[in-house]
Amino acid sequence: MTLLELDRVGYRYPNTAVPALRDVQVAVEAGEFVVLAGHSGQGKSTLLRAACGLVPHFHGGEFAGRVRLAGLDTREHGPAQLGALVGVLFQDPESQLVMNTVRAELALALENRGGSELQVARGVEEAALALGIESLLDRPVRELSGGEKQRVALGAALAGRPRLLLLDEPTSQLDPVAGDELIGLLRRLNEEWDVAVVLAEHRLERCLAVADRVIAMEGGRIVHDGEPGAFLDWAASAAPALQTPAARMFAQVGLRPPPVGVRQARAVLRTHGLLDPETSAAPAPAPKRPARGRGSAALELRGVWHEIPRGPAILRGVSLRVDAGETVALMGRNGAGKSTLLRHAAGLMAPTRGKLSSAGRVALLLQNPSDYLLHDRVADEADAETLAREGLAGLAERNPRDLSGGERQRLALAIVTAGEPPAVLALDEPTRGMDREAKGRLAERLRARARGGEAVLVATHDSEFAASCAERAILMAEGRILADGPVADVLSGGWYFATETARVLGPAGLRPEEGAALLRARMAGTTQELLA
Amino acid sequence: MIAYTRRATPLHAARAGAGAAYACALALAVLLIDNPVLLGAIALGTVGAAVGAGVARPLLRLVPTILIVSIPIVVVQVLVSRQGLTVFARLGNLGPFGQGDLTVEALVYGVVIALKVAVLMLATALASMTVDPDELLRVYRRLAFRPALTASLATRMVPVLLDDARRLAEAQRTRPPAPGVARGSRMQRMRDAGRLVHASVAGALDRSLDVAAILELRGFEGARSAPRRSRPRSRHDLSFMTAALLLSGLAIADRIANLAPFATYPLVHLPARAWTVALAAALPALMLAPFLDRRGVAA
Repeated sequence: MTLLELDRVGYRYPNTAVPALRDVQVAVEAGEFVVLAGHSGQGKSTLLRAACGLVPHFHGGEFAGRVRLAGLDTREHGPAQLGALVGVLFQDPESQLVMNTVRAELALALENRGGSELQVARGVEEAALALGIESLLDRPVRELSGGEKQRVALGAALAGRPRLLLLDEPTSQLDPVAGDELIGLLRRLNEEWDVAVVLAEHRLERCLAVADRVIAMEGGRIVHDGEPGAFLDWAASAAPALQTPAARMFAQVGLRPPPVGVRQARAVLRTHGLLDPETSAAPAPAPKRPARGRGSAALELRGVWHEIPRGPAILRGVSLRVDAGETVALMGRNGAGKSTLLRHAAGLMAPTRGKLSSAGRVALLLQNPSDYLLHDRVADEADAETLAREGLAGLAERNPRDLSGGERQRLALAIVTAGEPPAVLALDEPTRGMDREAKGRLAERLRARARGGEAVLVATHDSEFAASCAERAILMAEGRILADGPVADVLSGGWYFATETARVLGPAGLRPEEGAALLRARMAGTTQELLA
Repeated sequence: MIAYTRRATPLHAARAGAGAAYACALALAVLLIDNPVLLGAIALGTVGAAVGAGVARPLLRLVPTILIVSIPIVVVQVLVSRQGLTVFARLGNLGPFGQGDLTVEALVYGVVIALKVAVLMLATALASMTVDPDELLRVYRRLAFRPALTASLATRMVPVLLDDARRLAEAQRTRPPAPGVARGSRMQRMRDAGRLVHASVAGALDRSLDVAAILELRGFEGARSAPRRSRPRSRHDLSFMTAALLLSGLAIADRIANLAPFATYPLVHLPARAWTVALAAALPALMLAPFLDRRGVAA
């Protein structure tokens, strides 16, 4: 049964020249799990907003075609009426929680729709149990972690038992653990509650394994619609940047079918005799200690503590040296102390114990690039030379708030690095909400800066990004450094803080290219064995 | 921070209506009673209630604010009051303000007013930290949906917007100084402040759009009033409502029958009466009695 149907839908936001959706024709069946793929700004979010009636009722603009949700035409039924059928989850949980306590948040939509006392109480209870947030019901929303807030927002969307769930990059602000948990939860809701799910996501390796179908968008059009395996086949030739790391590795050595997840990749390799059971299941190797004194120290922390009065210690005796020209990825779950460490490096916070020194200015790019944008013209944010260096000269007259996510990130980077080059460039979660192509460009820019002599320190949850830009990785937990060593050692052999290639092959390969080289060598070895 | 957090205490376990009634009764008693001994007893009872509700520490952080508000009240009262017979300092002729004679009676009156203000502030803070605002506003939503939801949104969003502003200010601090303008110069600070306000407003508008979209999807447009809840009254609901009722009753009785007489002008008159002693003991006892029963307080 068709639950959602978009029939030749076109849409243009008010005061814009370029349509956000063009001639979109798609149907989602009841109980389907659909992933929306595509680079930033290609129409994924707009499609989700059209599906729930926010486009055009809330955003205005020019709308063509028909959207039908469970038979209701969105031209005739607004978001308030459609809200009973569809639950929506956006990126930022902070803007989606409007009440003070979790219980009130879950109850709001049910109360607004005139639910009886019993219906409201039962809806709240069932949504809380389904998401495992029953222990949070009486907690104030402001005290919850990012992952908990996203779960509560999902609970609020689910409380009325909608038939369709629309999610716009819900994991972009979560650490790998919370992100994987959320995807697992969606699959369970899809399987057990028969809720159809449409999920827009950049990290496809996280969700392809649970999807029934993938829809790829480009320029507001649907350019591919098919099963995950077929999507990866299509992406290999039409949109290589949308390939998952494991699929890219398979494509490079000509292995088929492209794997939709780690399990399938390992099964295919096992079938071909290319999986070394010893190394692929090996635990993370003990990282070699970073070589000392190989260059001049750009940043040095010696036994740095940060203790909150009457609160916890956020940093616990952190000692760390980053040399000029070195690129270091700082990893760990939310609350591990990564951001606090960067703030100390940049002088925004002072250690309560320990010492910290740097060879010069530490430029810090905080998590949200929009926080840096204070003017109405890009040209007023940074000097022309800096803008040109970041490739933003052509955007000088634009309003910074109209730039895409990647452009904003580049502008923010231009702002913090304007003037004399810094000794250390520190970046806090710079890839949040970025597509793979933009991440690749950022990694290249960071490597170029390191080659220019700057020490680069990046706090990130994104193992693939860390592997592509850093030579050294530091894993933190509870304010301490757990592991510090070459990125190949730290980001392999684990479950969460490991690249997809490493999860398939074990510590032997980190990036798809390395994995492909290893597989080629194994293939050659196998062939020789057969010949012998 | 003065904000509601659910704790395992009898006051938090009571429904929002009972908690609010308890705080209102406290405020009513403070407004009706003038006797400083009784006011002192209520102040002690309020601090005891804060201890019982597990919020004594954040409440104590209010003391500097209370002093900032209270001390000027006493000083102004002593300086401007021309009543009272017991002069403790003569400032001479103050021109248009007349003779500057400071009296003990004006001082006592000022202290009583300051005490009332202090206890009112403590009672308000106690209510903010112990009464679930959503539950309270839910009751109000039955009467006036949109204003009540706006109030809920405000209590939720103000801290979020303050966080946004803090983030913006932090980002501003990481910008290198503009060429030719020294960091920390007055000009730079004024420019920074202006831009920060501009950016904060723009950010708040962006966030309000997101919130409005979510509210639309949660059925704000066609919203109906929240259903009445028929929860059974817990022992804590009953004990705090009873305490509120008795506290209000005693305060009204004292006001009407002048059970614990007190006057400041022309001379301070504070007779030692049995009623004064009885009320001074009864008021904090009443306030603290509901905290003794700690059964079923966890969420």
